[in-house]
Amino acid sequence: MERSITLIALFAALIAALGLIPKFTLAFGVPITAQTLGVMLCGTVLGARRGGLAVLLFLGLVALGLPLLAGGRGGLGVFASPSVGFLIGWPLAAFVAGWFMEQMRNMPVGLAAGVASALGGIVVMYIFGIAGLMVMLDKSMLQSAGLVSAFIPGDIIKAVLAGFITAGLAKARPASLLSRT
Amino acid sequence: MISLTSPVETRAHGWSAGLKLFLLCAATMVLFSVEALPWHLGFLACCLTLYSMPGRQFLLTGVRRLWVLWPFVLLIVLWHFFTGNLEGGLVIVLRMITAVGLANLVTMTTRLSDMMSVVRWLTRPLRALGVKTQRIEIAIALVVRFTPVLAGKGQLLAMAWRARAVKRVGWRIITPFAVLAIDDAEHVAEALRARGGV
Repeated sequence: MERSITLIALFAALIAALGLIPKFTLAFGVPITAQTLGVMLCGTVLGARRGGLAVLLFLGLVALGLPLLAGGRGGLGVFASPSVGFLIGWPLAAFVAGWFMEQMRNMPVGLAAGVASALGGIVVMYIFGIAGLMVMLDKSMLQSAGLVSAFIPGDIIKAVLAGFITAGLAKARPASLLSRT
Repeated sequence: MISLTSPVETRAHGWSAGLKLFLLCAATMVLFSVEALPWHLGFLACCLTLYSMPGRQFLLTGVRRLWVLWPFVLLIVLWHFFTGNLEGGLVIVLRMITAVGLANLVTMTTRLSDMMSVVRWLTRPLRALGVKTQRIEIAIALVVRFTPVLAGKGQLLAMAWRARAVKRVGWRIITPFAVLAIDDAEHVAEALRARGGV
């Protein structure tokens, strides 16, 4: 039990810390905020339930007023902004990524983590993100999808990276990969 | 850790956090049920009046926090300008700014400890069902404590990378970064168990 709590808490802190360290720039100049990568890792490393709880804990602290989102944003205001759908989608994205990771036990870790991250961190996240934009900006589904389509290539790269990173963690700390134990 | 609560002491700092959250919910529901532009102009004016009451510094901080919305404002105004429904666009923009503004106002006037007591109150039914809600509080304390610790370790990793590599810091530091988080979690779990567990 203690181990579950500390891993959930430390992964929530990891998402926050990924927002504090400087932005990475990929080889061809696409800047990425690493926080959504952190969300994917919560699922692929901690599994569905614990991964979802870690992200939920992180969002709870943001709502309570801590500036943990990239760029020092936080507070209740972010839940009234047009990007609220993505935030609501975060814990579910981690949950779904974790669930698929748990189902694909026979696949190599890296590949399974990449696929699980794409399904959770892109498919689920964008369904919620687009729904949020539809409500907040009063736009149709296609219009909202068009607004966010520019970010999809970046998220595909993140899903691939989540696969590599999870494979690295499976080698470095196999016992802590709760999605596979 | 720095929170978003305003250091400028306002009268609303003393109000109950539950009341402020209830008023925020009610105000947001009103914002989303009204469609007429003059009303939304009035709502925004009221919101800005609330911000200006505690003084200039409070107002400036509040407006700066709303500034992050500018890409959405620009996008919606241009979109509706070209589709010939500028009034509809202005309603969306004004509603968005007021809704975020009011929510930020609650955050700025409510201390973390007051918010925590609301969480404790909301989780009361769970306690009655036998769920140990102290675990949530321990987890919150751990996140607050370990975010700066991990951020510091992340900076050290980035510095170590820069000292050895010619390329810019890339995604490769995330694996050791996550390993550090996992190791910390295992140590803390052991420490908690040694002190009687949760």
